[in-house]
Amino acid sequence: MSTSARFSPPNPPALTNGSGAAAILAAAIGSFALAVLAIAADKSPAIKAALVFYKPTGVLSGVTTAAIFIWLVIWLALDLRWRKKTIALGLLSSIAFTLFILSFLLTFPPIADLF
Amino acid sequence: MEITFRSLWTMIHGMGFGALYLLACSGALVELYRLTTASPSSLSTPAQQRFVKIYLIAMVLLAWAAVLTGAYVIYPWYRAAPPPGTVNLSLFPQRLLISNPTTIGWHSLGMEWKEHVAWFVPISITMVAFVFIRYGRDLGNHRQLRAAVLGFAAASFIAAGIAGFFGAMIDKYAPVQGGPTIQITRGGEQ
Repeated sequence: MSTSARFSPPNPPALTNGSGAAAILAAAIGSFALAVLAIAADKSPAIKAALVFYKPTGVLSGVTTAAIFIWLVIWLALDLRWRKKTIALGLLSSIAFTLFILSFLLTFPPIADLF
Repeated sequence: MEITFRSLWTMIHGMGFGALYLLACSGALVELYRLTTASPSSLSTPAQQRFVKIYLIAMVLLAWAAVLTGAYVIYPWYRAAPPPGTVNLSLFPQRLLISNPTTIGWHSLGMEWKEHVAWFVPISITMVAFVFIRYGRDLGNHRQLRAAVLGFAAASFIAAGIAGFFGAMIDKYAPVQGGPTIQITRGGEQ
């Protein structure tokens, strides 16, 4: 058995990590958008009025629908751009988790009320 | 034994979709952790992969069902404004909580956080399911991707836990009730 055969690395990835990276970053941006929209709607009567998509649910309907729209559009755009690329996932994951933690914090009322 | 229409929907939302999601999430976390720490050669068989895919799709459906029923079925009943002069606020949970300084926090902190943080759950788990389905066995070759997916699955579990905890506590202090009464069983004779 040749040395190269004995120490051959595992199968190379069939897919690049770009598609996964796009999904991860888009999810984080979508969550962050939701938190920012919730604060904006709470502080601005004009934004609040604009985000009442379904009256019985109130502004929550617009905040969540707009955030989902942002999430899906960004996901699609990033996926089209990164699908065949290999992305530096360490840095991207750090950014995504930072955004996600910020989203948790910004939706926490005592913190949201600081703005 | 009977239940009101609104209580039934609250039960479907919380105990049906929400609690089932939390239970499913603990199982998914174990499987995703196993995948994250496993070597590529010891990854699961195609049949096991198929099972996990179906399991994750079920979780996605549960998560979306929970937030959509919460926001569009139950929340309107929760936040309904009572007619002027209403003294009995039992059919207006938000106003009932706000009317008492000992319960106002369940709305101003609990519901205000829950109504937003809950949406992180379907967003995260949809991403997790997408990555798992897109990559399949090839996920074994992407260690950082597996770690990130596990992290987001854990975050969705935490978000679902926060939403579930406050949902249960709010329903304890100001239950959503009213609507037609559904008789489940007739009481036996004493």
